[in-house]
Amino acid sequence: MSRSGAQPARAAGLVAGALALLLAALIFGAAVGETRIPFDTVARTIANRLWAAGYAVDPIDAGIVWSYRLSRAVVASACGAALAVSGAVLQSLLRNPLADPYLLGISAGASSGAVAVAILGLGGGLLSLPLGALAGALLAFGLVSGLAVLAGRGPAAIILAGIAGSQLFNALTSFVVTKSATADEARSIMFWLLGNLSGVRWPDAGLAVPVALAGLAACVLHARALDAFAFGTASAAALGIPVRRVRAVLIGATALMTAVMVSIVGSIGFVGLVIPHAARLVVGVRHGALLPASALIGAVFMIAADVLSRVLIPGQVLPIGVMTALVGAPAFALILIHRPVVGGISAR
Amino acid sequence: MRLSAASLTWRAGGRAIVEDVSLEVRSGEFLALVGPNGSGKTTLIAMLAGLKRPHGGTVSLGDTPLSEMTRRAIARVLALVEQQAETGERLTARQAVELGRTPHRGALAPWSGRDEAIVREALDAVDMAPLAERIWHSLSGGERQRLHIARALAQEPRILILDEPTNHLDVEHQLGLLALVRRRGGTVLAALHDLNHAAMFADRVAVMQAGRLVALGTPAEVLTATLIASVFKVRASIETGSDRRPFIRYALPSLVAAGNPL
Repeated sequence: MSRSGAQPARAAGLVAGALALLLAALIFGAAVGETRIPFDTVARTIANRLWAAGYAVDPIDAGIVWSYRLSRAVVASACGAALAVSGAVLQSLLRNPLADPYLLGISAGASSGAVAVAILGLGGGLLSLPLGALAGALLAFGLVSGLAVLAGRGPAAIILAGIAGSQLFNALTSFVVTKSATADEARSIMFWLLGNLSGVRWPDAGLAVPVALAGLAACVLHARALDAFAFGTASAAALGIPVRRVRAVLIGATALMTAVMVSIVGSIGFVGLVIPHAARLVVGVRHGALLPASALIGAVFMIAADVLSRVLIPGQVLPIGVMTALVGAPAFALILIHRPVVGGISAR
Repeated sequence: MRLSAASLTWRAGGRAIVEDVSLEVRSGEFLALVGPNGSGKTTLIAMLAGLKRPHGGTVSLGDTPLSEMTRRAIARVLALVEQQAETGERLTARQAVELGRTPHRGALAPWSGRDEAIVREALDAVDMAPLAERIWHSLSGGERQRLHIARALAQEPRILILDEPTNHLDVEHQLGLLALVRRRGGTVLAALHDLNHAAMFADRVAVMQAGRLVALGTPAEVLTATLIASVFKVRASIETGSDRRPFIRYALPSLVAAGNPL
């Protein structure tokens, strides 16, 4: 039912506007920090790097912009987009406005994987912490979806299985941390769990960006199928949607996107829950528009949250998960209060 | 197009909900499905619409078993209106009807003028065009039900399956809706609660009792005082109108409940 495709010129304009907004956010993210770097320096550095424009730029500024801030902003945007799209897809597919990407046990599994590598030394030094997290996330998702299949089909089964899986893996993480970790290890794990973009560099972007784009593409291709879930799975099936296949593809895509993002930056809460609701207020419920809008708002929101986390307390970087929740929770409350008519969020 | 079922069985919890039902919905007829609560009507309808895979038996559309068709191919021929499907999304009335075009559109095909015209026609048919831009949650149960019908019409089905479509509707819209479905032509299978609706509108009536098909025929053949007493546990007298269709007048139920079957 996405009719926006009917006006190609308008759609092209919207896409151009969205890309411009994203680019502006990236430049902003690269310019703002402990040392403020002028926007034109940022733009020149990017031009030098992308097409060897040959502008004269202070090499220290150029290094900060290119190697630290821009890679970080790019990863933040990919993460924000992937989490927001995953949240939007899961909320529609499971018909639950509270669904978020961590519902599938992914974040809990990632933390178990991370502590298994970092504290227990699993993998004998061959596994890095992100790889351990990715393995843990995928393992947890495998267990949760297996349990959901055994428990019967339907949205409730996967939500309940996700709760069981999350509790199990969170308990495992706590167990390992309390039993084996030193105070320093526990603190660094805690920091990682709250989301951390500090160590992020271009190779991370090289993983995050293609995964986010591929995931977004897979979800957008199923936009009309997602629309058809509005009245439930039986109704979707009656409208010709192969429900089981679509559900498997979309849940798999969101799980993979989320697992990769969590393994790079830790589990950043609230983006996947809040951004889709904000996007619905702006563009409505058709997924052809909702998914790209969620991706854009998620990307820009995450860049902004990262900038805030760096500048709010001078000399100290806050975990970005703290920022997203501090900004996201009040924003969510405002959305709840100002919703014009009872709708998706209310428990009917 | 013909929709046929051969010895359909569906079990749940070791109990047969539908047992060995064979039935043919003939091309162009209006077949009413009646039966008391829990007699298996909804389960039978779900199997006939291809939503539930029967534990035994087959459903065929024309000469092709449903199990050999894709969901989309089925949805282009056959539309289903469920009981009380609800949404949590902030859809408008028109958007809910536009969903009916889903099986006819590719993943990237744009919304066409033809789609638009069909949706407008469907909204007009159920008298909902003036409310097309209203949000779903601001509509009454009856208005929502009419939109479900409109969505099924927008699917341009050759076979329309309705599960108790007149629930929630006032008398005007109950009769209006059944008249519309009848007037539209095509093949119709409707589970109906009101036996007089079945008598007024159906070409044939199928009666379910405890998961089995116990009678099938024209309203005058099937809706007799004896059958109504044995299946529905209600005493009734049957009058025949000038159109030769039966009209059922119910007696006070306490007479039967007192252990005095007729």
